[in-house]
Amino acid sequence: MKRLKKMAVDVGVVVGLVVGLVVWSALSWQIVLVIVAALALWLVATQRGRQTLAVAGVGLTSLPQRWGASAVIVTGIAGVVVVLVAVLAMAAGFQATLAGSANAEGFIVLRSGAASEANSSIAREQAGLVAALPGIAAGSDGKPLVSAELTQVVNLPNRSDGSDASVSLRGVGEAAWTLRPQIRLVEGRAFTPGTRELVVGQGALARYAGIALGDEVELGQQRWRVVGVFAAGDSHDSELWADNETVASTYRRPAWQALVLRLSDPGAVDALRAAFAADPRLKLDAQTLADYYAKQSAALSALIQQLGTAIGLIMAIGAIFGALNTMYTAVARRAREIATLRALGFGGMPVVLALMLETLLLALLGGVAGGLLAWLVFNGYSVSTLGSNFSQVMFQFQVSPELLWNGLKWALGIGLVGGLFPALRAARLPVTQALR
Amino acid sequence: MKYLHLIWAALFRSRTRTVLTLLSIAAAFLLFGMLDSVRVAFAAGSSAGRDRLVVASRASIMDSLPQSLAAQIEKVPGVAQVTSTTWFGGVYQDEQNFFPNFSVAPNFFAVHTEYRIDPAQLAEFANRRTAAIVGEALAQKHDWKIGDRIPLQAPGYPQQGSNDWNFELVGTFSIADDKRRGEEMQLMFRWDYFDEANDFSKGRVGWYTVRLADVNQATSVAQAIDALSRNSDHETRTQTEQAFSEAFTRQFADIGLIVAAIMAAVFFTLLLISANTMTQAVRERIPEIGVLKTLGFSGQSVLWLVLAEALLLIVTGGVAGLALASLLLPLLGAASGGALPLSGVALQTWLIGFAVMTAMGIAIGLLPALRAMRLKIVDALVTA
Repeated sequence: MKRLKKMAVDVGVVVGLVVGLVVWSALSWQIVLVIVAALALWLVATQRGRQTLAVAGVGLTSLPQRWGASAVIVTGIAGVVVVLVAVLAMAAGFQATLAGSANAEGFIVLRSGAASEANSSIAREQAGLVAALPGIAAGSDGKPLVSAELTQVVNLPNRSDGSDASVSLRGVGEAAWTLRPQIRLVEGRAFTPGTRELVVGQGALARYAGIALGDEVELGQQRWRVVGVFAAGDSHDSELWADNETVASTYRRPAWQALVLRLSDPGAVDALRAAFAADPRLKLDAQTLADYYAKQSAALSALIQQLGTAIGLIMAIGAIFGALNTMYTAVARRAREIATLRALGFGGMPVVLALMLETLLLALLGGVAGGLLAWLVFNGYSVSTLGSNFSQVMFQFQVSPELLWNGLKWALGIGLVGGLFPALRAARLPVTQALR
Repeated sequence: MKYLHLIWAALFRSRTRTVLTLLSIAAAFLLFGMLDSVRVAFAAGSSAGRDRLVVASRASIMDSLPQSLAAQIEKVPGVAQVTSTTWFGGVYQDEQNFFPNFSVAPNFFAVHTEYRIDPAQLAEFANRRTAAIVGEALAQKHDWKIGDRIPLQAPGYPQQGSNDWNFELVGTFSIADDKRRGEEMQLMFRWDYFDEANDFSKGRVGWYTVRLADVNQATSVAQAIDALSRNSDHETRTQTEQAFSEAFTRQFADIGLIVAAIMAAVFFTLLLISANTMTQAVRERIPEIGVLKTLGFSGQSVLWLVLAEALLLIVTGGVAGLALASLLLPLLGAASGGALPLSGVALQTWLIGFAVMTAMGIAIGLLPALRAMRLKIVDALVTA
């Protein structure tokens, strides 16, 4: 009967743990702060709470005796947090780079059905028709804010090892600078329309050789001069910009790929789409720049996130076993000490809670250490991959406070699971046997 | 070997501790097995492609080459056969159903001999203008039978203003090599139909695949082919099929580096966990080691016993982890719909795994073993 009762309690504990973990994963930091404050109050104010504090105090002061075993929990959890935060930071960085700064007014027009600029082709007549449509914002010079753009993939040598890399050369219209307000010139000047002049992105300048300010580089069997450097804070940092007509004539491209424009008000997009539907010559789609870039990055960043979570999960399981190991050993070693405390009158719950507090504190230490390490090593780390048109896109790891909080939650979750069962075992110690 | 029973018993003195450590080790090697298999899958070349070169535009794989180049390449000494492949990018029903599809020259299957196909079906491919051939896995996935009509939407290549293209399935091909089974998720149709029917692109192909007469002449033939287009508007870069896919993958991500970095972190923490276990284990058994020495076991024997125990611990956990990985990987590969060609844990991964296990076993066992060896019997027996 007693064994059945014990088993029922065990099952109940496991179910409670699972429910607890699910709830824990959904909590925000404000709620957790409230819970911690409530716990601290209980610890200080009530009798049971003070008992718990006393037992925990004994345990913590004797920690230096067990620093090896404690290091196991701290390093194990720190390892999980570092890997998890690093991989999720990679996904976040990639997504953020492609999304660019919030540009709610910018719209991109592609050929109907094209998934990206690379698949799209817009005839010059179509561009003229679109620019004449009502609803398109006008610039300070009265001309419609429409930039006809095309991308040509060119070869540049990597600075690191001289191997060839595929780089995007984007031909843009005069309105491109106004249409993308997040892009600013940091060195030199903008290119002169009609000439073979280039403005290079900061990311491209850092990564590829031969495109410093003032350099001449051969592209499409013509010589181009670099006259400026721009900073964009998004995927455009990896590009070279030039005049669209010049790029089109150099590479004998008869058509544009995309039209970037601004509407006089965001609601005008419906009128624009209606105009496209009404005119059989305009088989085009319009979407916001934000939506367009979100779609480009969706697949890859989702993949990285899933991978990161899966890896983190397996590592977390390993860390849980490590924590269980350490705490079971701790309970076994301190059996006499715990039995003495029980004999003195400390209740079962204070003992359990004290042990849990000890484990959670170690887990917190591991989580903070891991988060700090991840932030120090990975934040801002530059890496590049292939973009949607098979040219390189540079992005940086982004270790945000949200990500660090996520890592901390995982750390405490591991500590919770790793500390609960040993703590329960400590509470169930047969006092007389342990004292012998 | 005769002491295996002794070592095994010593290991399971504290059952909970050993089981938990074994589980930690298994988790670490499970991760290793899976990550390394992904790395191997990306790096996989196959023996079939060793005598082939890929001729692509020097600037980017997205650029096309003139079809007239084929005749010139054929005349280069050392070239046995030339075929072309052109990316189509058609979508079947929904973007979720993505699979690669290409238009190919008539001798495509003669050059890509690893795509095995029934000669009668190949003859049908030559006869029908709108014929298409797909891999067996793809046909199974969409339940296509010979004679079915396959409609594709091609946003990149309209014909007469419409994006609709219709093909007739005349045959299926299969691949013998397990690791490349993912390549059966492809569709090929005729380049002459594509060239004639599409609105914009005329006389252009994506890239050429060249079969060499002699594998050893790869470099000289590649240089000769590139010389044909030097200083033209379609400069080419010719490299072996292997180098081509490696260069492509390297631009995507340095996967080897990422895997190595993650596994370094994982194994470091594992090292700490297991080292702790072994140190505790030896410390608790000091009186027993004293007894062993009294019985006549030399210091050296005790050293080997402890080292063997550490190795047994790591190897048992490691083999369990890798075995679990080889069970899970095929399931992952199937779930990804052929995108990840994972069929199991490669021999390479097992070998690297065993090397790591041995190194780890020695690392965690050495200090406790040395301590056990240097134990004085009197001191050992007193510590009761």
